[in-house]
Amino acid sequence: MSENEDIIKVEGLTKVFNHSLTAVDHISFSVKRGEIFGFLGPNGAGKTTTIKMLITITRPTEGKATILGGDITNQTMDVRGSIGVVPQEYTADEDLTGIENILLCADLYGIPRSVSKKRAEDLLNLVELTAFKEKRVQTYSGGMRRRLELACGLINRPKVLFLDEPTLGLDVQTRAATWNYVKMLKQQFGMTLFLTTHYLEEADALCDRIAIIDHGKIVVIGSPTELKDSLGGDIITLSIQKDEDITGLIGKIEHVKEVKKQNGSYIIKAANGELAAPLIIEAIRNNNHIVTKLSLTKPTLNEVYLQYTGKSMRDAEESREGVMQQRMAMRRARQ
Amino acid sequence: MSNQEEVQYSKSKLHGLWALTNRELKKWYQQPFVLAMGIIQPILWLALLGKAMNIGNIVMGIPGVDPKVVMMHTFGTADYFSFMAMSMVAFTVVFTTAFVGMSVVWDKRLGFMNKVLSTPVSRSVIILSKVLAASVRALFQAAIVMVVAFALGITTGSNFSAFSLFGVFAIVFLISVGLSSFFTALTLRATRMEMPQAIFQLITLPLMFASSAYFPIAQMPSWLQAIANVNPISYTIDAVRRLMVFSDGFGPLPLDFAYVGIFAVIVTAICVILSWRYLNK
Repeated sequence: MSENEDIIKVEGLTKVFNHSLTAVDHISFSVKRGEIFGFLGPNGAGKTTTIKMLITITRPTEGKATILGGDITNQTMDVRGSIGVVPQEYTADEDLTGIENILLCADLYGIPRSVSKKRAEDLLNLVELTAFKEKRVQTYSGGMRRRLELACGLINRPKVLFLDEPTLGLDVQTRAATWNYVKMLKQQFGMTLFLTTHYLEEADALCDRIAIIDHGKIVVIGSPTELKDSLGGDIITLSIQKDEDITGLIGKIEHVKEVKKQNGSYIIKAANGELAAPLIIEAIRNNNHIVTKLSLTKPTLNEVYLQYTGKSMRDAEESREGVMQQRMAMRRARQ
Repeated sequence: MSNQEEVQYSKSKLHGLWALTNRELKKWYQQPFVLAMGIIQPILWLALLGKAMNIGNIVMGIPGVDPKVVMMHTFGTADYFSFMAMSMVAFTVVFTTAFVGMSVVWDKRLGFMNKVLSTPVSRSVIILSKVLAASVRALFQAAIVMVVAFALGITTGSNFSAFSLFGVFAIVFLISVGLSSFFTALTLRATRMEMPQAIFQLITLPLMFASSAYFPIAQMPSWLQAIANVNPISYTIDAVRRLMVFSDGFGPLPLDFAYVGIFAVIVTAICVILSWRYLNK
């Protein structure tokens, strides 16, 4: 199999609940071997519905998707056997111990006990739960439960691992630790990962490529760097002592793409901010001006999100009422 | 760990059945409180209901009337306790299996169901594991009832032999499979706890009263007879009584077994077919 093979191929995938609520609207994308692919969007954008279709527990209304060549609607058993799933909820059985939960997962994949016992021990070691393996999951903290879910999702040595909001509800430290596990999985096993998140930093730090999803549609796909670069580069804001227009001067400097004078400051878009800034200062000095203030901002995914969806991710998250309404509608529709 | 050695995974259509059944059972036998409650409940019912209603005493003291003859004539047993105690076997099965719906809804709410659905386990195995676990629990409860019934003094009939006990467990297993499939099928689509609770409250007691559990069917009004005569609980109870406390031969016993057996097979088949449909959204 070649390096650049498409592990997940999705064409026009659509899910309509109850003939009225379109949760996922004709999305198409592909994920390459060994990639960490992220679905980024606010709550209710269609991320979980997409993942549920890909892991074969929700039937698409329209469209087609294959995972490792297996069709998600009619080769479900093959698909299920080759993927791992780490769901959004804590699904481990509270009344069972950590090891019992992992072995239960192994049995569901039909892995013989002679193999699964060793694997379970290895995985518990990997997620640092060996000391707690005989304890009931009831006594686990949120971070420990998340790690246990991760271990369960890996028991069949999946070629593709699906993580639905892997860090939802975790504190900052545990979240960072989870990111490390995910990165390690990719490095150690060359696994392909598909994850959903509504944390911009998470998508930025983890993903090789991101699809921004809004109202069930993919608005843009690309690597975090590509997406940020597509905004036109970094922004340098500077002021000089004398009130004199030097727009023309700055415009000629290497890397600078656009200059605007606004309220006495210059707003400069540059492809490579940290290289452009010293050149700009030097050119201004050589023309006998003095720079009084300078700041450099790199665009974040929030700006990307704003650019492509017309609203800030934080605003989208904050309109709680809208999210609640949508969730209620989805819940009613799913019943 | 990075070496991806090829392991032969089970391709059996039934793989995972024992794992899922055992998961259900662990929740029960590893909880001493739940286990103890399950043992105490039939003791209470038998001691309170069975011993309180001594119907034979109603005719006591009437000249020329022998309570034992009346009892034998109407109920087929020497005393009401022996009649009632055997229906408690069915009663405990109904109450144990009716809870299976709750566990289906719990699994859905906690996301456990979704996780299981994303693994290569056959959908019917998910349902069968519930049915099997409930049936094992019901068998255990029925055994407790039998022990308590003997301890509180039932009068065995002339049909009774050591073989009777096997017969009782066989019919209890059949009705347990049938009833737990029935309750599972009713809650397959439910996502809220209220649904199985409502079904539990609506169905359990009428199911018992519209059967031969407390009173002989022959003495019921005809409309109720019609219901009691199709109620599989009646056939179960008849089989248990015939094996344990009746003295008038085994007559309809094969019919009892056939009726309950066919009920179990049909309901389980319906439940499995529904699971293919409703567990895939």
